[in-house]
Amino acid sequence: MEMAVLTAPVRETAGEPTTGTKVSMVVLSGDMDKLIAAFSIATGAAAMGMEVTMFFTFWGLQAIRKPVRNGTGLFGKMLGLFLKDIDGVGPSKLNMGGMGRWMFKKMMKARNVATLPELRQMAIDLGVRLQACQMSLDVMEIKREDLIDGVEDVVGVAAFLENATQSKTTLFI
Amino acid sequence: MEAVKADLTLDLKGLLCPIPVVKMAQAIKTVPLAGIIEATATDPGVMADIPAWCRTTGHKLLSMERREKVINFVVQRVK
Repeated sequence: MEMAVLTAPVRETAGEPTTGTKVSMVVLSGDMDKLIAAFSIATGAAAMGMEVTMFFTFWGLQAIRKPVRNGTGLFGKMLGLFLKDIDGVGPSKLNMGGMGRWMFKKMMKARNVATLPELRQMAIDLGVRLQACQMSLDVMEIKREDLIDGVEDVVGVAAFLENATQSKTTLFI
Repeated sequence: MEAVKADLTLDLKGLLCPIPVVKMAQAIKTVPLAGIIEATATDPGVMADIPAWCRTTGHKLLSMERREKVINFVVQRVK
């Protein structure tokens, strides 16, 4: 039987070199789907030799937070009850009280897609720099020690912008 | 296709984006300069992603072909 052989066009011309170029991301979302996109792009970019920095702020902090209860004041403690860690975040649509998260995890496992904790570990291993927003940590009453060890630094907007202006690609997720 | 002797054979079957390029990036460092990686994948996305990865990182895509669901490609380390 004859088999269909599809050959990809092997273009010899070099593309825009990516090695050494910078990518910076603001990760505001704490939704599972958006975090998967953020970490997939980050690991992909790192695999292409790019220097990647992810700046986590507000809900995005859940992606780099340990599964601990945080908060000092009443509101902070209330907020702490709702905040998840990277394994607990649900999709932006159809979460239905956690059912959506369960369903997505099942579907992703069936297709052998990397889980969010795996993607994050891969990002750390590839040298992606994880930074937390100082102001949101303060507002949300999350302590530095409540964040995972892979977090390189806690910075502000100026540090992010300095990095962003040196980047060829800046994403807001 | 001429027969090339691979320094490393990589099985990427069943893995989806972005894992194939991540594995290639890790693997390319383990072969010597001009070394060759022969890989097999099943994610149709690699048909676009591996050539793009090669063009941007400077490594050389020697061949790439897809038979049914299986994609075979050969990459040479350039730098």
